[in-house]
Amino acid sequence: MIRIRGVRDLPREEYFAPGHGLCAGCTAGTIVRHLLKIAGRNTIVVNATSCVEVSTTMYPYTSWRVPWLHVAFENAAAAASGIETAIRVLARKGIIDPGRSVNIVVLAGDGGTYDIGLQSLSGMLERGHRVMYVLYDNEAYMNTGIQRSGSTPLHAWTTTTPLGKAMRGKIQPKKPIAEIVAAHRIPYVATANVAYPIDMDQKFSKGLSVEGPSFIHVLQPCPTGWRFDPRYGIKIGRLAVETAMWINWEMENGNFRVTTRVPKRKHVRHYLEAQGRFRGLTKEEIEEIQEYIDKEVERINKLVGEEVIGPRID
Amino acid sequence: MQASVERVKTPYGIEQTRVLLNSNYTAAYAIRDVGVDVIAAYPITPQTGVVEKLAEFIASGELDAEMIHVESEHSALSAVIGASAAGARVFTATSSQGLEYMHEVLHIASGMRLPIVMAVATRALSAPINIWCDYTDLMNARDTSWITFIAYTAQEVYDSLIEAYIVSEDPEVMLPAMVAYDGFWMSHTYEPLYIPVDREIVRKIVPRRSRITLDPENPVTMGSIVGPDYYYEIKYQQVVAMEQAYRSVRNADRIIEDTFGRRYEPIEVYRVEDADIAILTYGGIYGTLLDAVDRMRERGIRVGAMRIRLWRPFPAEDLVSKARNISTLIVVDRAISFGASISGPVALETIAAFHRVGSSPDVISIVAGIGGRPVTERDFEGMVETVFKLGRRAREIGTLYWGVRG
Repeated sequence: MIRIRGVRDLPREEYFAPGHGLCAGCTAGTIVRHLLKIAGRNTIVVNATSCVEVSTTMYPYTSWRVPWLHVAFENAAAAASGIETAIRVLARKGIIDPGRSVNIVVLAGDGGTYDIGLQSLSGMLERGHRVMYVLYDNEAYMNTGIQRSGSTPLHAWTTTTPLGKAMRGKIQPKKPIAEIVAAHRIPYVATANVAYPIDMDQKFSKGLSVEGPSFIHVLQPCPTGWRFDPRYGIKIGRLAVETAMWINWEMENGNFRVTTRVPKRKHVRHYLEAQGRFRGLTKEEIEEIQEYIDKEVERINKLVGEEVIGPRID
Repeated sequence: MQASVERVKTPYGIEQTRVLLNSNYTAAYAIRDVGVDVIAAYPITPQTGVVEKLAEFIASGELDAEMIHVESEHSALSAVIGASAAGARVFTATSSQGLEYMHEVLHIASGMRLPIVMAVATRALSAPINIWCDYTDLMNARDTSWITFIAYTAQEVYDSLIEAYIVSEDPEVMLPAMVAYDGFWMSHTYEPLYIPVDREIVRKIVPRRSRITLDPENPVTMGSIVGPDYYYEIKYQQVVAMEQAYRSVRNADRIIEDTFGRRYEPIEVYRVEDADIAILTYGGIYGTLLDAVDRMRERGIRVGAMRIRLWRPFPAEDLVSKARNISTLIVVDRAISFGASISGPVALETIAAFHRVGSSPDVISIVAGIGGRPVTERDFEGMVETVFKLGRRAREIGTLYWGVRG
């Protein structure tokens, strides 16, 4: 396990090549670049169908300097289970080098994880394959053009949850996927945020070190789908944590810990107003989101046993 | 259950044991003898026996492999895709709804050119739910670019699975292969067959070959997105690989014959040399058909039997040359292509095969045995009598739905 205390600890090697077709300002590219720095060359990546998959492998080009496999949308976890098993059996039989440890990493978006891929993910977790599953969460089906997913937050606009008189964006809150994963009682589950790269990288490193499945849920601000200027991705990621719309935590062998403490949190409107997808919400709707977050904060603080997320300031 | 009855030697000196097995267990024995690394499967009737027996082989140490107990057939095929991409020799098995649930992944397995082998105990499709045999499930997988064998005895299930690995792993082919056999009629009924005493013989004829895999030493991108400027060529390579698969199957037939003394042909025939009329079918009912032909011959009817053993690639030239002297060819399908001009999928294929050479016998499509309805000797005799009686009208009807109450 590499210990990451600051950017100077990051390996210099780059396994994610430039020249891919991700949108300007897309923070998914940042996540992948960091992920591969931590995982290193002895890594096999299984990518679910997603933005990253289509924009990094346009034949005959590829951005991947490590072995990479894409099968379909809903089965990345199943394919990774197969790879992990194959490597174990082939090493045992001496067909491949038994001395080499290979990281198996799944990279999937929110649609491929929360919705269509949940079954195969659950199967992989239950069977206990040594695979690190990285969910980069941009809170909608961005690859097909911003449609609502199980991850889309309350009242967010998407092309299938428009804001009108009869419908006010998405009417349900975000599904707590990391907790659903944690309920499988796997060794390591964490939430991370691309705006906190050191925390994120440390979690990648931990996730790769455990015996068994690990799951890293990374918030990935999306300029195209969230409707903000491409230069603000990291700023919005930070606002998510500062408003407690997003909480960075980890659960190591059942022990829950908040890794980014927020002594005083901002009102959610700072986060919402920075993005076009929440434009047009009424004061009441914004307060509804705030109340939802207040309850979340209360729940998390109770879980930890101290006030890790502080009181609200405006 | 393996009741060893006798041991025989082939002319080439290979010692074989005569055992009594159903086709599900036979499939498991073949996979044990070939030697695989990873198996992933999900339970579905009537396929389950294959996986249960393989689990026993793994538990007893007879097979050094690992089984991934996936949560669906979709994941079963996806997991073996991952394992195969990582360099493992893999196997899966399914039936009916399971094959349908795999459907999108069937195309991915072949498009990725992975040598995956699957056993299919054929079964009717829902709705209404029916667990008994027909071939509508297999026929739905027709265009997925899988090499497809249809066996009619347990012995052939054993031999075809060995052939499936020989062909799939042929560097000139690199396509997945499935071996189908009747659900229940074969999957659950016991037949005698020969298996080699020393399974190293099987390992020798299916040697491990090196191929491109997910290897950190040589990183490759597998399953990338391909646009209109390359996609067509990649698909055309599959067309060429399928053509090559035919030659590879013939080579595998020779290997099986040389090793075990058992001979297979893509189109098998019985008493067609002087026949005016013949029945062409596939799967377990061919055995019944052979008896029916003998009975009709005793009554002076000049009838023969034909069987397709290789469904994909379709052996059109073999079919045409072997049916050369037949004036009426009845094709009995246990599958329905709803709304097609001819409802029998193999009947349609047969007509297409003759179309290529210009002249054709009268091809009569008969659908029978749907949802596990038995097809007996008497049924085959009745089909021939009916076709004689109808004369030219038989062809005009399009498809005869044999035995349907309606």
